[in-house]
Amino acid sequence: MKQYSEKEIWEMLVSVPDPEIPALSVLDLGIVREVVLTGEQTLIKITPTYSGCPAMKEIEENILKELQAQGIDNAVVETILSPPWTTDWMTEEGKEKLRKFGIAPPEGSSADKSVLFGEAKKVTCPYCQSRNTQMVSQFGSTACKSLYKCEDCLEPFDYFKCL
Amino acid sequence: MQNELVQYTLRLGDNALILGQRLTEWCGHGPILEQDIALSNMALDQLGQARMLLQYAAQLKGEGSTEDALAFFRQEGEFRNLLLLELENGDWGKTIARQFLFDTFNYFQYTALLQSEDETLRAIAQKAIKEVTYHAQWSAEWVIRLGDGTDESHKRIQEAVDSLWEWANEMFVADAVDELMLEKGIGVNLTEIHALWEEKVAQVLAMATLQMPAETWAQTGGKQGDHTESLGFLLAEMQSLPRTYPEAKW
Ligand SMILES: [Zn+2]
Repeated sequence: MKQYSEKEIWEMLVSVPDPEIPALSVLDLGIVREVVLTGEQTLIKITPTYSGCPAMKEIEENILKELQAQGIDNAVVETILSPPWTTDWMTEEGKEKLRKFGIAPPEGSSADKSVLFGEAKKVTCPYCQSRNTQMVSQFGSTACKSLYKCEDCLEPFDYFKCL
Repeated sequence: MQNELVQYTLRLGDNALILGQRLTEWCGHGPILEQDIALSNMALDQLGQARMLLQYAAQLKGEGSTEDALAFFRQEGEFRNLLLLELENGDWGKTIARQFLFDTFNYFQYTALLQSEDETLRAIAQKAIKEVTYHAQWSAEWVIRLGDGTDESHKRIQEAVDSLWEWANEMFVADAVDELMLEKGIGVNLTEIHALWEEKVAQVLAMATLQMPAETWAQTGGKQGDHTESLGFLLAEMQSLPRTYPEAKW
């Protein structure tokens, strides 16, 4: 088996998509936390976006499949909980890809999340860039998104919530 | 001490599992599509939290225990969830009232668990608090919307809050397990959480033009495994597949 460097492993992971938003790779999302090469093992540490995220199992399998395709057969994927994933780890490139995909990327830092009942956040429409938008529902098509609508172009859209 | 930590973790895990299971019953039955989706998403968050907690409980127990074995092959008397969470959903008002009373408690509970001396519970709390914050916000908004809504919605949500009050009281009754966990710096201080909870609940009920129920007794037993008949029916449905086909894979 060919020995790859840590950097080469990271580069391979660029082609592993998120199953729910295939426009994004697992690296864009920031869920790969660490690659550890011990010689005997290629350990990939990932962290879930939401604790109930149904895509985690598939992500794990897709990572293993991609590495196997590159001839790495000693890969192990480990799920770690701490520190917890935050939308702050999403790359700028990832946010741009989301916008092109029609999903408004998280705005601001996760630290400013309103506690208990705060005002709904103002979000930019990914289609016409208007700020004149309204939250329709806190919970959208998946747990990580809220449903919004644009008052200018009238399109409904998903907003990737800050976490 | 190890046994108390298992019990404490099971209580947290079973609360998430049983409430998650109850919420899934709304899937396809919500009053409007957005809220149907909201409850399904919250159910998913609860099940995700349940998995982390039951995996930890299984690891602490050892002897080959697994999260699946804990969820699907325990009997009614072995579950440690609060009675409030196993009660039938009732109408939309009752589901919202239960969610609000519990989410508010859970928000303060996980906030306190961020300081737990137990590393795994602390990591789980870091994950859960973000989700629970969104839940608490959502259910408080719904209490206000129903209370300050029509005569009918006002009447129903008030009745729901009144009827659930004695069940909600179980959240604050500490037993020997809670006391030991608090003493070790692992668990939360239920007296402190009760005060924070009362303040928040009173604030939301006032905004909803609802009456705070009078002080009453506490329905207890859930945390020790003494359940209402509702849990048996819930488990029969939840556990039927893995019990019928124990080796099923898909
Ligand atoms: Zn627009």
